[in-house]
Amino acid sequence: MNEPIERQAIISGAAQSQIGRRLYRSGLDLTIEASLRAIEDAGLTVDDIDGISTYPGSGGPFGGISGAELHDALRFSLNWRDGALETSGQLGAVHKAVLAVAAGLARHVLVFRTVVEGSGGPVRAGGGGGMGGGMPPTFQYLIPYGVTSAANWIACYAQRHMHEYGTTREQLGAIAINARTNAASNPQAIYTDPMTMDDYLGIRMISEPFGLYDCDVPCDGSTVVIVSHRDYAPDAPNGAVHVNAMGTALRGRPSWDQFDDLTTMAMRDSAASMWERTELKAADVDTAQLYDGFSWLAMAWIEALGFCGKGEGGPFVEGGARIAPDGELPLNTWGGQLSGGRLHGFGFLHEGVMQLRGTANVQIADCEVAAVGAGGGPESGCLLLTKEIR
Amino acid sequence: MSDGPPPRFISSHAEGEFYWTAGADGRLRIQRCGDCRRWIHPPGPVCPYCHSRELAPEAVAGTGTIATFTINHKEWIPGFEPPYAFALVELDEDPTIRIGTNIVGCAVDAVRIGMRVEVEFEENGEFFVPLFHPIESG
Repeated sequence: MNEPIERQAIISGAAQSQIGRRLYRSGLDLTIEASLRAIEDAGLTVDDIDGISTYPGSGGPFGGISGAELHDALRFSLNWRDGALETSGQLGAVHKAVLAVAAGLARHVLVFRTVVEGSGGPVRAGGGGGMGGGMPPTFQYLIPYGVTSAANWIACYAQRHMHEYGTTREQLGAIAINARTNAASNPQAIYTDPMTMDDYLGIRMISEPFGLYDCDVPCDGSTVVIVSHRDYAPDAPNGAVHVNAMGTALRGRPSWDQFDDLTTMAMRDSAASMWERTELKAADVDTAQLYDGFSWLAMAWIEALGFCGKGEGGPFVEGGARIAPDGELPLNTWGGQLSGGRLHGFGFLHEGVMQLRGTANVQIADCEVAAVGAGGGPESGCLLLTKEIR
Repeated sequence: MSDGPPPRFISSHAEGEFYWTAGADGRLRIQRCGDCRRWIHPPGPVCPYCHSRELAPEAVAGTGTIATFTINHKEWIPGFEPPYAFALVELDEDPTIRIGTNIVGCAVDAVRIGMRVEVEFEENGEFFVPLFHPIESG
Protein backbone atom coordinates (compact mmCIF):
# COMPACT_ATOMS: atom_id res chain seq x y z
CA MET A 1 0.00 0.00 0.00
CA ASN A 2 1.25 3.47 -0.83
CA GLU A 3 1.27 5.58 2.27
CA PRO A 4 -2.19 7.12 2.65
CA ILE A 5 -2.07 10.88 2.36
CA GLU A 6 -3.57 11.41 5.82
CA ARG A 7 -0.27 10.31 7.38
CA GLN A 8 1.12 13.68 6.38
CA ALA A 9 -1.01 15.18 9.16
CA ILE A 10 -0.77 15.20 12.93
CA ILE A 11 -2.85 16.64 15.73
CA SER A 12 -0.47 19.03 17.43
CA GLY A 13 -2.88 20.61 19.88
CA ALA A 14 -6.21 19.96 21.54
CA ALA A 15 -8.30 21.77 24.13
CA GLN A 16 -11.80 22.39 25.35
CA SER A 17 -13.60 25.37 26.77
CA GLN A 18 -15.58 25.29 29.97
CA ILE A 19 -18.36 22.71 29.50
CA GLY A 20 -21.69 22.85 31.27
CA ARG A 21 -25.44 22.68 31.05
CA ARG A 22 -26.38 26.32 31.35
CA LEU A 23 -23.32 28.47 31.03
CA TYR A 24 -25.13 31.36 29.33
CA ARG A 25 -21.93 32.24 27.53
CA SER A 26 -21.99 32.83 23.81
CA GLY A 27 -20.81 30.15 21.46
CA LEU A 28 -18.17 32.49 20.13
CA ASP A 29 -16.88 33.17 23.63
CA LEU A 30 -16.53 29.43 24.28
CA THR A 31 -14.89 28.89 20.91
CA ILE A 32 -12.32 31.59 21.56
CA GLU A 33 -11.51 30.10 24.95
CA ALA A 34 -10.93 26.63 23.49
CA SER A 35 -9.08 28.01 20.48
CA LEU A 36 -6.54 30.02 22.46
CA ARG A 37 -5.92 27.04 24.74
CA ALA A 38 -5.45 24.69 21.78
CA ILE A 39 -3.14 27.06 19.95
CA GLU A 40 -0.99 27.39 23.06
CA ASP A 41 -1.15 23.64 23.61
CA ALA A 42 0.26 23.16 20.11
CA GLY A 43 3.11 25.58 20.86
CA LEU A 44 1.80 28.06 18.32
CA THR A 45 0.47 31.60 18.20
CA VAL A 46 -2.57 33.02 16.50
CA ASP A 47 -0.29 34.18 13.70
CA ASP A 48 0.72 30.59 12.94
CA ILE A 49 -2.84 29.45 12.26
CA ASP A 50 -3.45 29.59 8.52
CA GLY A 51 -6.52 27.43 8.20
CA ILE A 52 -9.91 26.99 9.85
CA SER A 53 -12.25 24.05 9.52
CA THR A 54 -15.51 23.60 11.38
CA TYR A 55 -18.62 21.48 11.46
CA PRO A 56 -21.17 22.49 10.38
CA GLY A 57 -20.45 26.19 10.03
CA SER A 58 -23.23 28.70 10.43
CA GLY A 59 -26.91 27.98 10.03
CA GLY A 60 -28.56 24.66 9.39
CA PRO A 61 -30.49 22.49 11.78
CA PHE A 62 -27.55 21.83 14.07
CA GLY A 63 -26.58 25.43 14.72
CA GLY A 64 -23.00 26.35 15.07
CA ILE A 65 -20.46 29.09 15.30
CA SER A 66 -19.18 29.95 11.86
CA GLY A 67 -15.51 29.95 11.02
CA ALA A 68 -15.94 33.53 9.87
CA GLU A 69 -16.97 34.64 13.35
CA LEU A 70 -13.89 33.10 14.89
CA HIS A 71 -11.71 34.35 12.04
CA ASP A 72 -12.83 37.90 12.65
CA ALA A 73 -12.68 37.64 16.42
CA LEU A 74 -9.05 36.50 16.48
CA ARG A 75 -8.03 38.12 13.16
CA PHE A 76 -6.37 35.12 11.63
CA SER A 77 -4.64 35.40 8.30
CA LEU A 78 -5.89 32.31 6.51
CA ASN A 79 -4.73 30.41 3.48
CA TRP A 80 -7.64 27.96 3.63
CA ARG A 81 -11.06 27.74 5.25
CA ASP A 82 -13.97 25.32 5.27
CA GLY A 83 -17.16 24.58 7.13
CA ALA A 84 -20.25 22.74 6.02
CA LEU A 85 -22.78 20.12 6.95
CA GLU A 86 -22.54 17.83 3.93
CA THR A 87 -19.43 15.90 4.83
CA SER A 88 -18.28 12.70 6.49
CA GLY A 89 -20.15 13.38 9.71
CA GLN A 90 -18.91 15.74 12.37
CA LEU A 91 -15.34 14.52 11.90
CA GLY A 92 -15.56 15.61 8.28
CA ALA A 93 -14.17 18.92 9.48
CA VAL A 94 -11.06 17.05 10.63
CA HIS A 95 -10.88 14.97 7.47
CA LYS A 96 -10.89 18.11 5.36
CA ALA A 97 -8.29 19.81 7.53
CA VAL A 98 -6.05 16.75 7.14
CA LEU A 99 -6.44 16.91 3.37
CA ALA A 100 -5.71 20.63 3.30
CA VAL A 101 -2.51 20.14 5.30
CA ALA A 102 -1.43 17.16 3.20
CA ALA A 103 -2.08 19.15 0.03
CA GLY A 104 -0.05 22.09 1.26
CA LEU A 105 -2.98 24.50 1.31
CA ALA A 106 -2.37 25.18 4.98
CA ARG A 107 0.17 24.25 7.64
CA HIS A 108 -1.75 24.61 10.90
CA VAL A 109 -5.53 24.25 10.70
CA LEU A 110 -7.71 25.07 13.67
CA VAL A 111 -10.67 22.65 13.71
CA PHE A 112 -13.59 23.24 16.01
CA ARG A 113 -17.11 22.22 16.96
CA THR A 114 -19.03 24.37 19.40
CA VAL A 115 -22.44 23.57 20.88
CA VAL A 116 -24.70 25.83 22.91
CA GLU A 117 -27.56 23.43 23.46
CA GLY A 118 -27.56 23.48 27.25
CA SER A 119 -28.54 27.13 27.32
CA GLY A 120 -31.26 26.64 24.76
CA GLY A 121 -30.26 25.61 21.30
CA PRO A 122 -32.04 25.87 18.00
CA VAL A 123 -35.75 25.12 18.11
CA ARG A 124 -36.18 21.69 16.60
CA ALA A 125 -39.91 21.17 16.66
CA GLY A 126 -43.22 22.86 17.12
CA GLY A 127 -41.98 26.04 15.58
CA GLY A 128 -44.72 26.43 13.03
CA GLY A 129 -45.51 25.80 9.43
CA GLY A 130 -42.02 25.98 8.07
CA MET A 131 -40.98 22.56 9.30
CA GLY A 132 -39.40 20.56 6.56
CA GLY A 133 -39.35 23.37 4.08
CA GLY A 134 -35.61 23.54 3.75
CA MET A 135 -34.91 19.91 4.53
CA PRO A 136 -33.96 17.09 2.20
CA PRO A 137 -36.92 15.13 0.88
CA THR A 138 -36.28 12.26 3.26
CA PHE A 139 -37.29 14.40 6.23
CA GLN A 140 -40.45 15.52 4.49
CA TYR A 141 -41.75 11.95 4.75
CA LEU A 142 -40.87 11.61 8.44
CA ILE A 143 -41.73 14.88 10.13
CA PRO A 144 -45.44 14.75 9.21
CA TYR A 145 -45.67 11.69 11.45
CA GLY A 146 -44.58 13.50 14.57
CA VAL A 147 -41.02 12.23 14.65
CA THR A 148 -38.71 15.20 14.53
CA SER A 149 -35.82 13.87 16.58
CA ALA A 150 -32.95 11.57 15.78
CA ALA A 151 -34.12 9.76 18.93
CA ASN A 152 -37.12 8.50 16.96
CA TRP A 153 -35.24 7.60 13.81
CA ILE A 154 -32.37 5.83 15.57
CA ALA A 155 -34.79 4.06 17.94
CA CYS A 156 -36.20 2.34 14.85
CA TYR A 157 -32.76 0.91 14.08
CA ALA A 158 -32.19 -0.16 17.68
CA GLN A 159 -35.59 -1.88 17.66
CA ARG A 160 -34.71 -3.80 14.51
CA HIS A 161 -31.31 -4.74 15.96
CA MET A 162 -33.08 -6.15 19.02
CA HIS A 163 -35.52 -8.03 16.82
CA GLU A 164 -32.87 -9.63 14.61
CA TYR A 165 -30.14 -10.30 17.16
CA GLY A 166 -31.87 -10.48 20.52
CA THR A 167 -30.15 -7.35 21.78
CA THR A 168 -31.58 -6.31 25.15
CA ARG A 169 -32.20 -3.10 27.05
CA GLU A 170 -29.75 -4.32 29.68
CA GLN A 171 -27.04 -4.55 27.02
CA LEU A 172 -27.72 -0.97 25.94
CA GLY A 173 -27.67 -0.09 29.61
CA ALA A 174 -24.13 -1.44 29.93
CA ILE A 175 -23.00 1.29 27.52
CA ALA A 176 -24.81 4.00 29.48
CA ILE A 177 -23.52 2.77 32.84
CA ASN A 178 -19.94 2.51 31.56
CA ALA A 179 -20.18 6.10 30.36
CA ARG A 180 -21.52 7.28 33.70
CA THR A 181 -18.83 5.45 35.65
CA ASN A 182 -16.09 6.99 33.53
CA ALA A 183 -17.65 10.45 33.73
CA ALA A 184 -17.13 10.44 37.48
CA SER A 185 -13.42 11.06 36.88
CA ASN A 186 -13.98 13.84 34.34
CA PRO A 187 -14.25 17.24 36.06
CA GLN A 188 -15.99 18.67 32.97
CA ALA A 189 -18.65 15.93 32.75
CA ILE A 190 -22.31 16.84 33.10
CA TYR A 191 -23.63 13.72 34.90
CA THR A 192 -21.34 12.10 37.44
CA ASP A 193 -23.67 10.47 39.97
CA PRO A 194 -23.39 6.67 39.96
CA MET A 195 -25.99 4.87 37.85
CA THR A 196 -27.26 1.36 38.52
CA MET A 197 -29.02 -0.93 36.08
CA ASP A 198 -32.22 -0.34 38.04
CA ASP A 199 -31.77 3.40 37.56
CA TYR A 200 -31.25 2.85 33.86
CA LEU A 201 -34.23 0.53 33.40
CA GLY A 202 -36.49 2.63 35.62
CA ILE A 203 -36.10 5.99 33.95
CA ARG A 204 -38.90 7.30 31.73
CA MET A 205 -39.10 6.25 28.12
CA ILE A 206 -38.41 8.71 25.33
CA SER A 207 -38.80 6.73 22.14
CA GLU A 208 -38.87 2.96 22.67
CA PRO A 209 -36.54 1.21 23.06
CA PHE A 210 -34.75 4.36 24.23
CA GLY A 211 -35.28 5.77 27.68
CA LEU A 212 -33.84 9.04 28.91
CA TYR A 213 -30.48 7.47 29.78
CA ASP A 214 -30.08 6.17 26.24
CA CYS A 215 -30.05 9.77 25.02
CA ASP A 216 -27.10 12.11 25.31
CA VAL A 217 -27.21 15.21 27.45
CA PRO A 218 -27.29 18.64 25.81
CA CYS A 219 -24.60 21.03 26.97
CA ASP A 220 -22.58 24.09 26.10
CA GLY A 221 -18.96 23.73 25.14
CA SER A 222 -16.33 24.04 22.45
CA THR A 223 -13.68 21.55 21.41
CA VAL A 224 -10.69 22.52 19.26
CA VAL A 225 -7.89 20.52 17.71
CA ILE A 226 -4.98 21.84 15.69
CA VAL A 227 -4.18 19.76 12.62
CA SER A 228 -0.59 20.38 11.50
CA HIS A 229 1.81 19.00 8.95
CA ARG A 230 3.75 15.96 10.16
CA ASP A 231 7.07 17.77 9.95
CA TYR A 232 5.93 19.93 12.87
CA ALA A 233 5.77 16.86 15.13
CA PRO A 234 9.20 17.31 16.79
CA ASP A 235 8.25 20.88 17.73
CA ALA A 236 4.86 20.17 19.25
CA PRO A 237 5.49 20.73 22.96
CA ASN A 238 2.83 18.31 24.17
CA GLY A 239 3.52 15.66 21.59
CA ALA A 240 2.01 14.86 18.25
CA VAL A 241 -0.80 12.42 17.64
CA HIS A 242 -0.56 10.81 14.23
CA VAL A 243 -3.40 10.29 11.80
CA ASN A 244 -2.96 6.74 10.57
CA ALA A 245 -6.16 6.41 8.57
CA MET A 246 -9.49 8.07 8.12
CA GLY A 247 -12.83 6.68 7.10
CA THR A 248 -15.15 8.81 5.01
CA ALA A 249 -17.25 6.46 2.86
CA LEU A 250 -21.01 6.44 2.43
CA ARG A 251 -21.93 3.59 0.13
CA GLY A 252 -25.57 3.18 1.11
CA ARG A 253 -28.36 5.67 0.48
CA PRO A 254 -27.87 8.99 2.27
CA SER A 255 -31.12 8.57 4.15
CA TRP A 256 -32.40 8.07 7.68
CA ASP A 257 -35.28 5.86 6.57
CA GLN A 258 -34.21 4.21 3.29
CA PHE A 259 -30.74 2.90 4.25
CA ASP A 260 -30.42 -0.68 3.01
CA ASP A 261 -29.75 -2.32 6.38
CA LEU A 262 -31.89 -1.39 9.39
CA THR A 263 -29.38 -2.88 11.82
CA THR A 264 -26.48 -0.61 10.96
CA MET A 265 -25.95 2.87 9.62
CA ALA A 266 -23.34 4.75 7.65
CA MET A 267 -20.65 3.80 10.18
CA ARG A 268 -20.60 0.47 8.36
CA ASP A 269 -19.20 2.25 5.31
CA SER A 270 -16.91 4.77 6.95
CA ALA A 271 -15.40 2.08 9.17
CA ALA A 272 -14.81 -0.21 6.18
CA SER A 273 -13.12 2.56 4.23
CA MET A 274 -10.84 3.34 7.19
CA TRP A 275 -9.60 -0.24 7.49
CA GLU A 276 -8.97 -0.28 3.73
CA ARG A 277 -6.37 2.44 4.29
CA THR A 278 -4.23 0.86 6.99
CA GLU A 279 -2.33 -2.28 7.90
CA LEU A 280 -3.57 -1.96 11.46
CA LYS A 281 -6.43 -4.17 12.59
CA ALA A 282 -9.24 -3.87 15.08
CA ALA A 283 -7.18 -6.01 17.46
CA ASP A 284 -4.49 -3.31 17.52
CA VAL A 285 -6.84 -0.70 18.96
CA ASP A 286 -6.20 0.16 22.62
CA THR A 287 -9.22 2.39 23.15
CA ALA A 288 -12.35 3.25 21.22
CA GLN A 289 -14.05 6.60 21.51
CA LEU A 290 -17.34 6.02 19.74
CA TYR A 291 -20.32 8.26 19.25
CA ASP A 292 -23.07 7.58 21.74
CA GLY A 293 -25.56 10.27 20.90
CA PHE A 294 -27.81 7.32 21.64
CA SER A 295 -26.54 4.24 23.48
CA TRP A 296 -27.20 1.94 20.54
CA LEU A 297 -25.01 4.03 18.23
CA ALA A 298 -21.91 3.06 20.20
CA MET A 299 -22.89 -0.59 19.75
CA ALA A 300 -23.36 -0.04 16.03
CA TRP A 301 -19.89 1.50 15.89
CA ILE A 302 -18.37 -1.43 17.81
CA GLU A 303 -19.82 -3.81 15.23
CA ALA A 304 -18.96 -1.63 12.25
CA LEU A 305 -15.33 -1.33 13.32
CA GLY A 306 -15.09 -5.10 13.72
CA PHE A 307 -14.46 -5.29 17.45
CA CYS A 308 -17.04 -8.07 17.33
CA GLY A 309 -19.15 -9.69 14.65
CA LYS A 310 -22.24 -8.14 13.16
CA GLY A 311 -25.12 -8.50 15.55
CA GLU A 312 -22.82 -9.48 18.40
CA GLY A 313 -22.59 -6.04 19.95
CA GLY A 314 -25.07 -6.89 22.68
CA PRO A 315 -23.17 -9.86 24.12
CA PHE A 316 -19.91 -7.91 23.60
CA VAL A 317 -20.91 -5.07 25.91
CA GLU A 318 -23.06 -7.12 28.29
CA GLY A 319 -22.06 -6.67 31.90
CA GLY A 320 -19.67 -3.87 30.92
CA ALA A 321 -16.39 -5.62 31.77
CA ARG A 322 -15.12 -5.71 28.18
CA ILE A 323 -15.68 -1.96 27.63
CA ALA A 324 -14.45 -0.84 31.05
CA PRO A 325 -11.10 0.98 31.35
CA ASP A 326 -9.37 -2.29 32.29
CA GLY A 327 -11.24 -4.32 29.68
CA GLU A 328 -10.17 -5.40 26.22
CA LEU A 329 -11.81 -2.38 24.56
CA PRO A 330 -11.97 0.62 26.89
CA LEU A 331 -14.88 2.66 25.58
CA ASN A 332 -15.66 6.34 25.98
CA THR A 333 -13.35 6.86 28.91
CA TRP A 334 -14.37 10.51 29.34
CA GLY A 335 -18.02 9.65 29.90
CA GLY A 336 -19.20 9.89 26.32
CA GLN A 337 -22.02 12.13 25.29
CA LEU A 338 -24.42 10.14 27.49
CA SER A 339 -22.81 11.53 30.65
CA GLY A 340 -19.89 13.72 29.61
CA GLY A 341 -22.01 15.96 27.42
CA ARG A 342 -23.21 16.26 23.85
CA LEU A 343 -20.15 17.85 22.28
CA HIS A 344 -21.35 16.50 18.95
CA GLY A 345 -18.56 14.11 18.14
CA PHE A 346 -15.60 16.21 19.13
CA GLY A 347 -15.50 15.04 22.75
CA PHE A 348 -14.46 11.62 21.46
CA LEU A 349 -11.71 13.13 19.35
CA HIS A 350 -10.40 15.15 22.29
CA GLU A 351 -10.35 12.07 24.50
CA GLY A 352 -8.58 10.02 21.84
CA VAL A 353 -5.82 12.63 21.74
CA MET A 354 -5.55 12.74 25.54
CA GLN A 355 -5.33 8.93 25.74
CA LEU A 356 -2.50 8.80 23.22
CA ARG A 357 -0.66 11.57 25.04
CA GLY A 358 -1.10 9.71 28.31
CA THR A 359 -2.93 12.59 29.98
CA ALA A 360 -6.52 11.34 30.13
CA ASN A 361 -8.47 11.44 33.39
CA VAL A 362 -9.11 7.71 33.10
CA GLN A 363 -5.84 6.76 31.45
CA ILE A 364 -5.47 3.47 29.60
CA ALA A 365 -2.06 1.88 30.15
CA ASP A 366 0.28 1.80 27.14
CA CYS A 367 -2.24 3.43 24.84
CA GLU A 368 -0.79 3.41 21.32
CA VAL A 369 -3.80 3.25 18.99
CA ALA A 370 -7.17 4.94 19.37
CA ALA A 371 -10.22 4.59 17.14
CA VAL A 372 -12.52 7.59 17.05
CA GLY A 373 -15.91 7.42 15.36
CA ALA A 374 -18.60 10.04 15.14
CA GLY A 375 -22.06 10.23 13.69
CA GLY A 376 -25.24 8.31 13.15
CA GLY A 377 -27.77 7.84 10.41
CA PRO A 378 -26.24 8.80 7.08
CA GLU A 379 -23.68 11.09 8.77
CA SER A 380 -20.54 9.20 9.69
CA GLY A 381 -16.79 9.34 9.77
CA CYS A 382 -13.89 7.93 11.73
CA LEU A 383 -10.21 8.29 12.48
CA LEU A 384 -7.48 5.89 13.52
CA LEU A 385 -5.01 7.82 15.65
CA THR A 386 -1.63 6.55 16.81
CA LYS A 387 1.02 7.66 19.25
CA GLU A 388 3.84 6.96 16.80
CA ILE A 389 4.02 6.87 13.03
CA ARG A 390 2.64 3.43 12.17
CA MET B 1 -56.21 14.16 19.61
CA SER B 2 -59.72 15.29 20.29
CA ASP B 3 -59.29 18.57 18.44
CA GLY B 4 -58.89 16.96 15.05
CA PRO B 5 -55.83 15.73 13.24
CA PRO B 6 -52.41 16.78 14.49
CA PRO B 7 -50.36 19.44 12.73
CA ARG B 8 -48.43 17.37 10.21
CA PHE B 9 -46.16 20.06 8.79
CA ILE B 10 -46.37 18.75 5.27
CA SER B 11 -44.07 20.71 3.02
CA SER B 12 -43.73 18.67 -0.09
CA HIS B 13 -41.20 19.20 -2.81
CA ALA B 14 -42.25 19.42 -6.44
CA GLU B 15 -41.98 15.72 -7.25
CA GLY B 16 -43.66 14.65 -4.04
CA GLU B 17 -46.84 16.69 -4.12
CA PHE B 18 -48.91 13.74 -5.33
CA TYR B 19 -47.95 11.60 -2.33
CA TRP B 20 -49.93 13.75 0.05
CA THR B 21 -52.97 14.34 -2.14
CA ALA B 22 -53.39 11.16 -4.23
CA GLY B 23 -55.14 9.31 -1.43
CA ALA B 24 -58.38 11.21 -1.97
CA ASP B 25 -59.76 8.12 -3.69
CA GLY B 26 -58.40 5.78 -1.01
CA ARG B 27 -55.43 4.53 -3.03
CA LEU B 28 -51.78 4.86 -2.05
CA ARG B 29 -49.61 5.96 -4.94
CA ILE B 30 -45.85 5.56 -5.31
CA GLN B 31 -43.63 6.91 -8.04
CA ARG B 32 -42.71 4.30 -10.65
CA CYS B 33 -40.34 4.31 -13.60
CA GLY B 34 -42.12 3.78 -16.90
CA ASP B 35 -39.02 2.25 -18.47
CA CYS B 36 -37.38 -0.09 -15.93
CA ARG B 37 -40.58 -0.40 -13.85
CA ARG B 38 -38.78 0.06 -10.53
CA TRP B 39 -40.55 1.79 -7.64
CA ILE B 40 -38.95 4.99 -6.33
CA HIS B 41 -39.29 6.62 -2.93
CA PRO B 42 -38.98 9.40 -2.01
CA PRO B 43 -40.03 10.50 -5.48
CA GLY B 44 -37.54 12.42 -7.58
CA PRO B 45 -37.07 13.96 -11.01
CA VAL B 46 -35.20 11.02 -12.52
CA CYS B 47 -35.13 7.25 -12.04
CA PRO B 48 -32.07 6.47 -9.87
CA TYR B 49 -31.70 3.07 -11.59
CA CYS B 50 -31.95 3.81 -15.35
CA HIS B 51 -32.07 7.63 -15.32
CA SER B 52 -35.30 7.64 -17.25
CA ARG B 53 -37.59 10.60 -16.83
CA GLU B 54 -40.68 8.56 -17.65
CA LEU B 55 -41.88 8.68 -14.06
CA ALA B 56 -45.43 8.71 -12.79
CA PRO B 57 -47.36 7.91 -9.64
CA GLU B 58 -48.94 4.47 -9.72
CA ALA B 59 -51.42 2.91 -7.31
CA VAL B 60 -50.14 0.11 -5.07
CA ALA B 61 -52.14 -2.39 -3.05
CA GLY B 62 -51.49 -0.40 0.09
CA THR B 63 -50.42 -3.42 2.09
CA GLY B 64 -47.10 -4.10 3.71
CA THR B 65 -45.13 -5.30 6.69
CA ILE B 66 -43.74 -3.36 9.64
CA ALA B 67 -39.96 -3.45 9.23
CA THR B 68 -39.34 -1.57 12.45
CA PHE B 69 -41.00 0.95 14.72
CA THR B 70 -40.69 3.10 17.79
CA ILE B 71 -43.25 4.10 20.38
CA ASN B 72 -42.75 7.77 20.95
CA HIS B 73 -43.37 9.00 24.49
CA LYS B 74 -42.40 12.64 24.18
CA GLU B 75 -44.36 15.60 22.89
CA TRP B 76 -42.00 16.84 20.23
CA ILE B 77 -44.79 18.70 18.44
CA PRO B 78 -47.79 20.13 20.31
CA GLY B 79 -50.87 18.39 18.97
CA PHE B 80 -49.18 15.01 18.68
CA GLU B 81 -50.26 13.38 21.91
CA PRO B 82 -47.89 10.63 23.11
CA PRO B 83 -47.63 7.75 23.15
CA TYR B 84 -47.90 7.08 19.45
CA ALA B 85 -46.36 4.56 17.11
CA PHE B 86 -44.09 5.50 14.25
CA ALA B 87 -43.12 2.70 11.89
CA LEU B 88 -41.25 2.01 8.71
CA VAL B 89 -43.48 -0.16 6.54
CA GLU B 90 -42.08 -2.24 3.69
CA LEU B 91 -44.51 -2.24 0.80
CA ASP B 92 -45.52 -5.56 -0.71
CA GLU B 93 -44.66 -4.41 -4.23
CA ASP B 94 -41.00 -3.79 -3.28
CA PRO B 95 -39.62 -4.28 0.23
CA THR B 96 -36.84 -1.79 -0.46
CA ILE B 97 -39.52 0.89 -0.47
CA ARG B 98 -40.16 1.91 3.11
CA ILE B 99 -42.97 4.21 4.09
CA GLY B 100 -42.62 6.17 7.30
CA THR B 101 -46.02 6.31 8.97
CA ASN B 102 -48.03 6.20 12.16
CA ILE B 103 -49.64 2.89 13.08
CA VAL B 104 -53.27 3.41 14.06
CA GLY B 105 -56.18 1.16 14.88
CA CYS B 106 -54.47 -0.80 17.63
CA ALA B 107 -52.89 -0.24 21.02
CA VAL B 108 -49.34 1.07 20.75
CA ASP B 109 -48.00 -1.88 22.73
CA ALA B 110 -49.51 -4.28 20.19
CA VAL B 111 -47.25 -3.00 17.39
CA ARG B 112 -44.69 -5.59 16.30
CA ILE B 113 -42.01 -6.04 13.67
CA GLY B 114 -43.44 -8.33 11.02
CA MET B 115 -47.01 -7.16 11.60
CA ARG B 116 -49.07 -6.99 8.42
CA VAL B 117 -50.58 -3.56 7.85
CA GLU B 118 -52.78 -1.74 5.38
CA VAL B 119 -53.05 1.89 4.43
CA GLU B 120 -55.82 4.27 5.38
CA PHE B 121 -55.97 8.00 4.89
CA GLU B 122 -56.43 10.85 7.30
CA GLU B 123 -58.00 13.91 5.73
CA ASN B 124 -55.90 16.76 7.07
CA GLY B 125 -56.64 20.09 5.46
CA GLU B 126 -55.83 19.78 1.79
CA PHE B 127 -53.93 16.53 2.34
CA PHE B 128 -54.77 12.83 2.59
CA VAL B 129 -52.08 11.49 4.88
CA PRO B 130 -51.19 7.80 4.54
CA LEU B 131 -51.48 5.96 7.87
CA PHE B 132 -51.43 2.21 8.42
CA HIS B 133 -53.54 -0.11 10.58
CA PRO B 134 -53.07 -3.80 11.28
CA ILE B 135 -54.68 -6.24 8.88
CA GLU B 136 -57.12 -8.35 10.83
CA SER B 137 -55.67 -11.82 11.01
CA GLY B 138 -57.70 -14.97 10.39
